[in-house]
Amino acid sequence: MSDLSTFTALVEVQLRPGITDPAGATIERALPALGVQTVRGLHAGKAFRFEVEADDHASAVAEAELVADRLLANPVLEEWTVTVTGPVDEERARSAGSMGGMD
Amino acid sequence: MAPRVGVVVFPGSNCEHDVVQVVRSLGAGAELVWHHQGSLGGVDAVVLPGGFAHGDYLRPGAIARFAPVMEAVARFAAEGGPVVGICNGFQVLTEAGLLPGALQKNRGLRFVCATIDVEVATDRSVLTAGVTPGTRLRLPVNHFEGNYTCDARTLAELRDEDRIVLRYVDNPNGSVDDIAGVCNAGRNVVGLMPHPERACDPLLGSADGKVLLDALLGADVTH
Repeated sequence: MSDLSTFTALVEVQLRPGITDPAGATIERALPALGVQTVRGLHAGKAFRFEVEADDHASAVAEAELVADRLLANPVLEEWTVTVTGPVDEERARSAGSMGGMD
Repeated sequence: MAPRVGVVVFPGSNCEHDVVQVVRSLGAGAELVWHHQGSLGGVDAVVLPGGFAHGDYLRPGAIARFAPVMEAVARFAAEGGPVVGICNGFQVLTEAGLLPGALQKNRGLRFVCATIDVEVATDRSVLTAGVTPGTRLRLPVNHFEGNYTCDARTLAELRDEDRIVLRYVDNPNGSVDDIAGVCNAGRNVVGLMPHPERACDPLLGSADGKVLLDALLGADVTH
């Protein structure tokens, strides 16, 4: 019998400063065509969302960081941030509770 | 006995048969090694061919490096066995940590498909042994992520240890220091973006790739 809880992880991957970001530069150059003249410093990146089964929040963060560092980002080119929320069950319970309050 | 070359096939590899055909035409044996295999079957050298392993999803080479065959390739390399990664194979070798640095998108977001000149920078690698440094070779390149990048310390190491194997004469992709190919500290693992296997017959516009593959087949296989 497992006491694992489900957490939600968001990993954002961006090119390191100094690494050319041709995609970001190209997107930024398209903005004037939209009439937008005010946007600067646009960087393209990737975002990954997944669920992690873990004992607690700290373990979920550690697992998500491992995934980010070893697979989702190439540390030569990219840096990452991890945001873990949950456990999902508690949030569901809270959400169910508030819905119950509406009855 | 003629050496046997194992050519690794990932889902999405597409240059493996070119390598096999050329290696056989040069008088050596060649066989395909499936990515799920945990053993290289006693081959004398390994080539990771070009293509789009695992669709280049996430990053080129990022998924391929977890294939069971890569553990065998890493063991083979650690024992001194000759390993060459061509194009996507080079990307796989950097993702696997068998070569330093990484290959990012080409400068200007431009896919490069052209026959270009490279200069042999060292003869101290399994792919260039016996080839005089300074020799110019005409070879095809065909890539989007071929822009070789590494931190300043790694670049200094590569220069100091004479580990830059090939340089572009006219840099097509923005690679640092015009790097077209590098080797590991043991000089038995080489990665390069140009395709020597596509330049082994004058009918294809160049036969300059032969000197590199000949060097590989002549590499010391007594590891």
